[in-house]
Amino acid sequence: MIRKELCKIISQEEIAKDIFELTVEANFVNEISAPGQFVHIRIDKALDPLLRRPISISSINRLNSQFTMIYRKEGKGTALLAEKDKGMLLDILGPLGNGFPVNEVNVGETALLVGGGIGVPPLYELSKQLIAKGVKVIHVLGFQTQSAVFYENEFLENGETYITTVDGSYGKKGFVTNVINELEFDCLYTCGPTPMLKAIEKEYSHKKVFLSLEERMGCGVGACFACVCKTSNELEDVSYKKVCSDGPVFRAGEVVL
Amino acid sequence: MSKLNIDLPGLKLKNPIMPASGCFGFGKEYSQFYDLSKLGAIMIKATTVEPRFGNPTPRVAETSAGMLNAIGLQNPGLASVLSNELPWLAQYDVPIIANVAGSLEEDYIEVARSISKASNVHALELNISCPNVKTGGIAFGTIPEVAKQLTKRVKEVSDVPVYVKLSPNVTNIVEMAKAVEAGGADGLTMINTLVGMRLDIKTGKPILANRTGGLSGPAIKPVALRMIYEVSQAVTIPIIGMGGIESAEDVIEFFYAGASAVAVGTANFVDPFVCPTIIEELPLQLDHLGYEHISECTGRSWREHGQRTHHRA
Repeated sequence: MIRKELCKIISQEEIAKDIFELTVEANFVNEISAPGQFVHIRIDKALDPLLRRPISISSINRLNSQFTMIYRKEGKGTALLAEKDKGMLLDILGPLGNGFPVNEVNVGETALLVGGGIGVPPLYELSKQLIAKGVKVIHVLGFQTQSAVFYENEFLENGETYITTVDGSYGKKGFVTNVINELEFDCLYTCGPTPMLKAIEKEYSHKKVFLSLEERMGCGVGACFACVCKTSNELEDVSYKKVCSDGPVFRAGEVVL
Repeated sequence: MSKLNIDLPGLKLKNPIMPASGCFGFGKEYSQFYDLSKLGAIMIKATTVEPRFGNPTPRVAETSAGMLNAIGLQNPGLASVLSNELPWLAQYDVPIIANVAGSLEEDYIEVARSISKASNVHALELNISCPNVKTGGIAFGTIPEVAKQLTKRVKEVSDVPVYVKLSPNVTNIVEMAKAVEAGGADGLTMINTLVGMRLDIKTGKPILANRTGGLSGPAIKPVALRMIYEVSQAVTIPIIGMGGIESAEDVIEFFYAGASAVAVGTANFVDPFVCPTIIEELPLQLDHLGYEHISECTGRSWREHGQRTHHRA
């Protein structure tokens, strides 16, 4: 059940350059069904920015009815969001979309979680839930540069964690795909830039892979058809999925990246 | 006594608030939030003969107090709308206004003929003003004689009244309105989106894959008001007004300009509850302003004191 709620900000902190960790209190926390779901935030009552901002949920605390999001301050909307203080109320619509299927991997098996940049956050709750289930978890997290790296310790607590940076200023130099080649796993979950998702999908077509997509959204609930992707390569084919309400997580091969 | 009921050709509206076409899908998504029977009517997403995928993404871009969209009339096609969407909507006590689109005159006629026979479709909205498709649509909406001819042909095959959706992307909207009125239109819906563009600050290229898109939201409200003000004085058929409406005050302003009902578009994306909220607040606003019925507001901007409009409920 999707709710619209005024949520109180519990904390907000810059955890890496332009990367903010925002925790809010919401009654709809109990409605969150899977890691990888997202919420749609109306940053201000004003008309600019007008549209809500989709932000993924990075961890859930059911006990305190709180959840945490991690976002990058980039445009007008997220810059305004970054100015919000503890105690303020945020108009949030959620939870939205379908998250990562935790059931696709069994106790004792190994899950590989691959995140790129601001695609890393939803993998954190996924990691927590997989660990709680008894699944071995390996993380490969890619960032642009050292100042953009976040949550290394948090992921380390759950399992093996490899960091890559494009410029080599921290961890291994290069892309996440350089590291994955050397790892064994039963199921791969990933979220990040489309070129990364494409490379992973191509390389591991024989494996069980789940991808979380990003697309510009309008309504966030499936009504406006802004965030649509094709399900077939055929030019004349009109079959589609909506990233917001059918995704954002899809099985590899389900949609055309 | 309701202050909000309105009778228009084909439509007995319990209130004059309806979601605008393209901003509400076929209703399913918003039925998660409230009972769709609360709405005055629903303008469903444009339907074409064949299913359409629409344009490549990105399909939306934000602007100050508005948004650009270039969806490209994505829809499941006439057969699917008739067998899936409309029967599903029939569970609600709400009249449907079916938005009819196409590339050729024959397309419009085929969709209009079939969809107007569906039991819950009480009126058609002829979409001659979509700015985001390469052929058809907008051509019918910019040349008065072509629009008139199309209206006439569609009227001949439709079982229900026909409203024509006007494009603001014309030099003289009054001329267009008069032409479709002469073609037999039962009403007008206006305005569709204004063609606009945004460029990516890093790449210098258009944000929308379609390059241009239709501007909607509060940014276009003054344009819509001005056009409704002009058109409502020049025609005798009723107008369903739209363009950036997001509050009960906006609704009253559109009535003042000359509208007899209104549609809410982009605001649904900002607040999924916007329609029921407006429906709840409208009577209070009318009380506050001293009106007994919403219809008293229609055309107040140009009407002489005491003069009634022709389509009071």
